[in-house]
Amino acid sequence: MCKDCGCSLTRHDHDHLGAHAHSHEHSHEHSHDHSHTHEHSHQELHTNPQLNDKKTLSVIHKILDKNDIEAGHNRAHFETHNITAFNIMSSPGSGKTTLLENLKEYTQLNYAVIEGDLETSRDADRLLAKGITAYQIQTGSACHLDAFMVHGALHHLPLEGLDICFVENVGNLVCPASYDVGTHKNIVLLSVPEGDDKIEKYPVMFRRADVVFITKCDLLPYFDFKLDEAKAQLKKLNPTTQIIEVSIKDGDSMQAVAAWLKDNIRGAQ
Amino acid sequence: MHEYSIVSALIEQCEQHAQANHADKITRVDIKLGVMSGVEPSLLQTAFDTFKLDGICKEALLNMQIQPLVILCQDCQSESVLSERTIVCPACQSYRTRVLDGEDMLLMQLEMEQDED
Repeated sequence: MCKDCGCSLTRHDHDHLGAHAHSHEHSHEHSHDHSHTHEHSHQELHTNPQLNDKKTLSVIHKILDKNDIEAGHNRAHFETHNITAFNIMSSPGSGKTTLLENLKEYTQLNYAVIEGDLETSRDADRLLAKGITAYQIQTGSACHLDAFMVHGALHHLPLEGLDICFVENVGNLVCPASYDVGTHKNIVLLSVPEGDDKIEKYPVMFRRADVVFITKCDLLPYFDFKLDEAKAQLKKLNPTTQIIEVSIKDGDSMQAVAAWLKDNIRGAQ
Repeated sequence: MHEYSIVSALIEQCEQHAQANHADKITRVDIKLGVMSGVEPSLLQTAFDTFKLDGICKEALLNMQIQPLVILCQDCQSESVLSERTIVCPACQSYRTRVLDGEDMLLMQLEMEQDED
């Protein structure tokens, strides 16, 4: 036990008693009963962690440290292949897969997609049908992708010749924001029918965004979605993040998406 | 409900620290949760109380310190603790700020116990 004390920090207010307890333990190493009575009498006055053989260890360690290390591995893996990886996050149904299906017509960049859903491989099938390389992760009941799941998927994707790997996260504006999956930038989608208040309601997600695509903008005439309001809210959380208005029915807006991707490829800036 | 995944990672870390320190019981787990870490403290507490039952944290108390956002303004150089979830400097309304704290989830301290023998 004494050997361990070097790497642990006791509470300051007990330091003196703590040292005292050590000498006791040593001298009475082989008579447990005796040392117990000693401890007991002390404990009535002070709850001393050392006397009770308790110790406080200062750690300061990120709780998701293991995930973050794995995320670092994934990023290094992408970089070895000269690939830029984007984590695409949004609510379910805001148009992540549709955007990726249609993007192919607007960019020369070669991309593949890692799909995350609770069930089915429908999204990957949709992309494969368009000739886009895709691999589906089924998370079961997990509400987000983590770096380990993405690592597993990387073994199934041919990475040669790719410029971009998209990780299409599970549709969810909450949980995916806490996990680094090993991508380089975060793209967050917000569709017009969801409402402009979502940025304020889900600040953690929008704080993590490197770009926000407002999707389904062809529906703007039919909804009370205020673009100015969305921009004002985003600025309060994330002042440098750009908003791009997107509709897959508007080729110019899709060109803007393609241009943003081109500008944000590693080494492009 | 990613709180369950976070608690599994937390308990796994506790077990490793306990093993490295030859402890057979953890009695207190101190963590710091940033208000912008994306975790709901009450859900994390429930998840911890459920998951701890199987292992070394069985009798551990989870002590959560909720860390507000702290920003440093790059224009007026003032440091502010914010109650709102924005990163605008309350002193000069500047958007050029740097977040110093309030976005992380950290394990801070463990109180552990060893058997006498």
